[in-house]
Order: sequence, then C-alpha cells, then structure tokens
Amino acid sequence: MDLFLQLTLAGLAIGSIYSCVALAVVMIYQATDHFNFAQGEMAMFSTYVAWTLVGLGAPVWLAFLLAVGISFLAGVVIERVIVKPVENAPVLNQVIVFIGLLVIFNAAAGWIWEFTIKPFPSLFPEDLGFKSTLIGPHHLGVIALTLGVLALVFAFFRFTRVGLAMRAAAANPDSARLVGISVGWMLALGWGLAASIGAVGGILVAPIVYLEPNMMAGVLLYGFAGALLGGVSSPGGAVLGGLVVGVLENWVGQYVPGGSELKLTFALILIVGVLVFKPAGLFGRVVVRRV
Amino acid sequence: MDRPNPVTPRLLAGFGAAVLFAAVVPHLVSDFTSFQFTQAMAYGIALLGLNILTGYNGQFSIGHSAFYAVGAYTAAILLYHFEWNHYATLPVAALAAFAVGFLFGLPALRLEGLYLALATFAFAVATPQLLKFDALEHWTGGVQGLFVPKPEPLIEGLSADQSLYYVTLAVMVFLMAVAWCLLHSRSGRAIMAIRDNPIAASTMGINTALYKTTTFGISAMYTGVAGALSVFVTEFVAPDAFNFFLAVNLLVGSVVGGIVSIPGVIFGGLFLVFVPNFAQDISRAYPFVPPPWAIFGIFLILAMYFVPFGVWGAVERGFAWWKRKSAAGR
Repeated sequence: MDLFLQLTLAGLAIGSIYSCVALAVVMIYQATDHFNFAQGEMAMFSTYVAWTLVGLGAPVWLAFLLAVGISFLAGVVIERVIVKPVENAPVLNQVIVFIGLLVIFNAAAGWIWEFTIKPFPSLFPEDLGFKSTLIGPHHLGVIALTLGVLALVFAFFRFTRVGLAMRAAAANPDSARLVGISVGWMLALGWGLAASIGAVGGILVAPIVYLEPNMMAGVLLYGFAGALLGGVSSPGGAVLGGLVVGVLENWVGQYVPGGSELKLTFALILIVGVLVFKPAGLFGRVVVRRV
Repeated sequence: MDRPNPVTPRLLAGFGAAVLFAAVVPHLVSDFTSFQFTQAMAYGIALLGLNILTGYNGQFSIGHSAFYAVGAYTAAILLYHFEWNHYATLPVAALAAFAVGFLFGLPALRLEGLYLALATFAFAVATPQLLKFDALEHWTGGVQGLFVPKPEPLIEGLSADQSLYYVTLAVMVFLMAVAWCLLHSRSGRAIMAIRDNPIAASTMGINTALYKTTTFGISAMYTGVAGALSVFVTEFVAPDAFNFFLAVNLLVGSVVGGIVSIPGVIFGGLFLVFVPNFAQDISRAYPFVPPPWAIFGIFLILAMYFVPFGVWGAVERGFAWWKRKSAAGR
C-alpha cells in the first residue's frame, strides 16, 4: 500500500509538471488553433538560462524568477518576429515553422551548453522540518508551486482586464478588434505567458530528469497527452489531464510488465486512444462545424 | 501547380535525359560519391512517400521516421537472422511498412490536420524506445542494433557501391513511375479531391476513408522501401538512427524539393545528404557559425516564408512565366 501511495504522489508531482506543459500548449491552441511543437524545447532553453544564472552565482529562486521573466519576453518576441509572418498560411506551413523552431532551440542548446548531462539544483530545501517516507521534498514543492502558478494564471484570466481582453481575442478576434483590443498583441502576450509557464515546468522537471537538450521530448509528449485527455478547449481540463497522465504513467511503469521501458509508447497509445474514442477530451467542447 | 504535370514529349525527353545522366554518374565519380548519391536516392524514395501523403492527399505526417524504421528493421532482421538475399527483402519490407501504415491510417481517419500531426509526432518519438524494448532484443539487437553485409555486385566489373547505386536508381525510377501513374489515374484524382475538399469528394461518391487509409499505407510503403535500401547502403541499423530528427529530416527534404511534386524529391534527397555535410564543415571551420541542425531549422522557416513550393515548384513557376512571356512576345 505504501508503494502504491508513493507511486501516486510521485505521479501527481510529475503530473503537475505535465500540467504546466499542457496548459502552455492549450493556451496557444486556444488563441491560434495550433499546437506549438516547440513548446518543450523552449522550456528546455529557459531551464538552461536558469542554470547559467545559477552558475553565475544567483540564488536558485532569483534565477527561477529571472528565467521565467526572460522566457516571457522571448515568447513575445518569437510570436511577433517568427510566427506572425505565417499567421494566415496553410496549417502545414505553420507546423513546419514550429518544427523549425524546435530544431533551432535543440541545436542551439547543444551548441551553447553542450550535450553533457548536467545536474540542476532543486528550488526547495532538503529539509522541510518534517519527514515523510511517502513523498520527497522536491516532489512536494513541485505540487505546491504548480498549484500556485495555476491559481495565478486562473486569477489573471478571470479578474484582470488584460486577461479578459486575451480571452476575448481568442474567442472572437473580429469582435474583439471592433471593441478596440489589439488582437495581435494579445496573441504575443499569450505566447509570452505560455513560454513562462513552460519554463516553470522545465525548471521543475530538470532536477528529476537532469538537464540536457533532449530532456523535454518525453515531457512534451506527456503534456500533449494530458492536454488531449482533458480537452484542448479547456485549460482546467488540461491541468487535470496532466495530473491524471502523470499518475497513470507511474502506475503503468510499476504494474504493467515492460511498462517502465515503454513509457513513450504508453503516451502514444494514450494520445491515439483519446483522439479516436473521445476527440474532444474529457472536458472539452465538441465542435460542430457548419458545412 | 498542385497537380502532377501532364505527360508531354518534352517531359518524357527530360526524364529520359535525366535517367541517362544518372546512369553514367557512377563511372565519373569515386565510389564514395556514388555511395552518397545512393543515399540521396534512398531519401528521395522516402520523400516520394511523404509527398504522396502530404502534398497530394493533404494528410500530415511528422512521423515518417517510424515507417522508415519498419522498412529498415524488416530488411535487417531478414538479412541477419534468416540470411535472405538482399533484394528479396525489399518486397517484404514494403509489405510490412504498408501494413503498419495502413493500420496507423485507421485511427488517422478520424484525425484532421493538426491532430494527425500530433499522433504521428508521438509515433516518431516513441519509435526508438520501442526498438530498444527488451522483449524484442533478440530480434532487433537492442541498443546495439544489427550489422548486415553490403549486397554483392550484380554484374561483374562493378564495385559494390556502383551496383547498389544502379539498383537504387532502378527502384527509384520504377517507384516514381508508379507514383506518376497512380496520381494520374482515377484514384489519383480522388486522392487530390480529398485534399482539396473532403466533403465535396465524399458527396461525389469517393470512399474517403478507404482512400485515406490506403494512401497512408502506400506512403508508408515507399518510405519503408527507402528504409530497407538505406540499410544496404549503411550496412547497419540502430534504434537511435530512427528518432524524431529523422522525421524532421524527411520533412525538410520534402519541403525543399517541393512537397507537391514528384521530381522534386531528387533535390530533396541531394539536399539531405550534401547540405548537412557542408554545414558541418563550415561550422567546424568557424566556431561562431551555429551547428548544422540550427541552420537546418533556420532554413526550414525561411523556406516557409519565401519558397513554400520548394525547388521544383520554383522551376515550374519559372517555366510557366517563361512560357507566358514568350507567348506575349509573339
């Protein structure tokens, strides 16, 4: 029973990281109807920025906040400079641009920081003042921090004028433009936010999987799986989906023979399964299209 | 521009000249260069598969590395464990890839555009791990992969590399002709109608589900044959050669050559073999130049901005412009 609880709690911790990535993916999807395949590599790059800042002597928390801020700016710039020219291009062209970004970030990280695996410090102290055999301090901190971040994001969209404007721009760009919202900048803002949420995920997962340029491939896949499971049209659903996927991953790894070796295949099965049997996800709206 | 060219005497003449030129190449260059050209042609065949699927049928795949792996491993396992004749493995690899592609096409039916891209992305990312799976290690060789011999020369007097070059050339020409015939047939028009307007296509009585899955299978088959040929060329398979970056490579080649074209795949294949080497030389010589992959990525994005129709698309556009101009001048 202890093992089961340990697995579940660790799954929740990992799952909350997937939630971050899933939320970042859903955010861009809601605004533009596109999956940003570069989301994982952008988060990885942000994590390297944080690692560099720590190396320069910054306290871990300061490095974390700075990296998240830098990611926000980078996200805005990427939208304005790289993604905007293909805004109205066919889907294929846009997907290819995202893949181009993925490749650039991956190669650039390998070039700047090399492909050797680096340890990354945890944001949380080893000693929390109490001991538990069920969950480690980093995992507990991850759950708490991501819940905090998610609450912040929720509050931002629910209670601020900018958040409302962003929702309006995503829901109905034409009408939003008519009431004076700059839809283009709202998109850029969305990219910025997605990049910083992704960065939180990257920095939290780095102490677990170690820092290297390919560390986010699996995480992004699980993030996608979580987003789809929860429903790509529902941010709350995506968060829940991420948590569920994290827990399932751990259970499958432990209880299904061969499961620990085939974690990515499990994500593949999950993605295809959701798309085939419940394409709208658990909490998503079913989109009906007029012919 | 998004239809294959009609057959004209000029087209046939050009095609014949290109094949003749290709036939003398191995006698003009070193064995190593022939080997590189063989690799380029193997890539070209894979790109042909991707073009049929994405360019002509409008279905995305960023997971064609997986079908390449199916073809490569089928050939390698038959060669390594059963000591088959090299060329006998090609049809089996083609069939295996077709089967996997067709099966993957079934769920893909319900997925449009982006979702299909996502599912194939997952397939590409999961493939290396599947190939390393313990239970299959006896067959796949696990992380180490499998070594296989190069095929013996078919004709005396040719080197192994030259012989393989001719075989690959023949396979590529054959498969290009098949693709051309397919796309010019009734089925080909159905395939393109589904891309242009799926609803109109189905009201015209086209069985979209059957056509889409079959196209997926055919596309995978082409890519599988390419994978098998690549094993003959490199004499080796290992799981990490079939990672997501191979899928990206195939996409780059397809886009560079022109995704809605048949002859464009040759340019795509040549690009994939020679440009990375060239980029690597440059970035080795000048440390401030970013690594080849980053250049690849930049290239991909710039191509989307300026020449989304690729090399062959540019050739066709130039030709059409020239024809218009000379007609106006008359």
